[in-house]
Amino acid sequence: MSFLLFSDASDPATRRGFLGKSGLLLSGAAVALLAGRDALAAKGNNGHDGAADDVRILNTALGAELEAIAAYQLGAESGLLQKPVLDLAVTFQGHHKEHADVLAKTISKLGGKPVSAKARYTFPTDKMKSQLDVLRFAAALEQGAVSAYLGAVPLFGNRELARAAASILGDEAMHWAVLRNALGEVPVPSAFVS
Amino acid sequence: MIMKPAIVLVLAALAAGPACGAQAGDPRAGEAVYARCLACHALAHDRTGPRHCGLVGRRAGAIPDFPYSDAMKGSALVWDAKTLDRFLENPARTVPGTTMGYAGVKDQKERADLIAYLLQADDSPDCRKRP
Repeated sequence: MSFLLFSDASDPATRRGFLGKSGLLLSGAAVALLAGRDALAAKGNNGHDGAADDVRILNTALGAELEAIAAYQLGAESGLLQKPVLDLAVTFQGHHKEHADVLAKTISKLGGKPVSAKARYTFPTDKMKSQLDVLRFAAALEQGAVSAYLGAVPLFGNRELARAAASILGDEAMHWAVLRNALGEVPVPSAFVS
Repeated sequence: MIMKPAIVLVLAALAAGPACGAQAGDPRAGEAVYARCLACHALAHDRTGPRHCGLVGRRAGAIPDFPYSDAMKGSALVWDAKTLDRFLENPARTVPGTTMGYAGVKDQKERADLIAYLLQADDSPDCRKRP
């Protein structure tokens, strides 16, 4: 049984189409981020006043992205996820890898030192006994990521970084909505996120 | 009757009353607000941010081996309803240089609910099963 509740979940073509479109959207965001990265690198060379604060915010975001990558790896290797949910988890993990890559490169361009992935992460594995448990855990992480980026956007001194963070926020919100849908919950619970 | 230290700390924090100008919070509503913190925090273990079990009465920056910012370690804050209210309203203003890159919980009711949740978190199953 599929836990994904697409408009026609029984149609593999629909699922493939969905994943394909999701990838296209992310590619667009990545391009925007790369463009922003060049712009902010130039500003960094001119000595942006809040650069140290910006680097600190970016490094916190990077730390969370690296943990999200590890969490999806745990889910993918758990043996609890069946296709197409497994494919979805791997796709979302790929997005987080792209986020982490851009964040790390941006931190370096601003003269900072990107944090590294921890040797070991602690996850509530004792609570993950089924696919639904893994989906619920992932949804909670994605919801938190939406809030974290929402809380970071207004803090950036560099508006290009705020734009890049907002772009990632949009991607995390899509993850959250799809995971909620897979859980059988209302995908978009309200008109605003917080 | 001997009370657990965590319960004593919670009672002490509650006896101190809500933070200046703050309203009493609803811990159940606060749990929903806490969902915003879950990209970086958990009750029982350290993540990008430090754990919240044992938060009340703890000196800021005091969990051994957690990579706090120098700003947090030097803040001299001790977490209670009042300091949490101040920090959560605007982390960067309260502790300039904190690595918590988050603008804050601006709504006073939401903040009070979140603090109420954090104040009773040590009674949660996640915190109780910690060694």
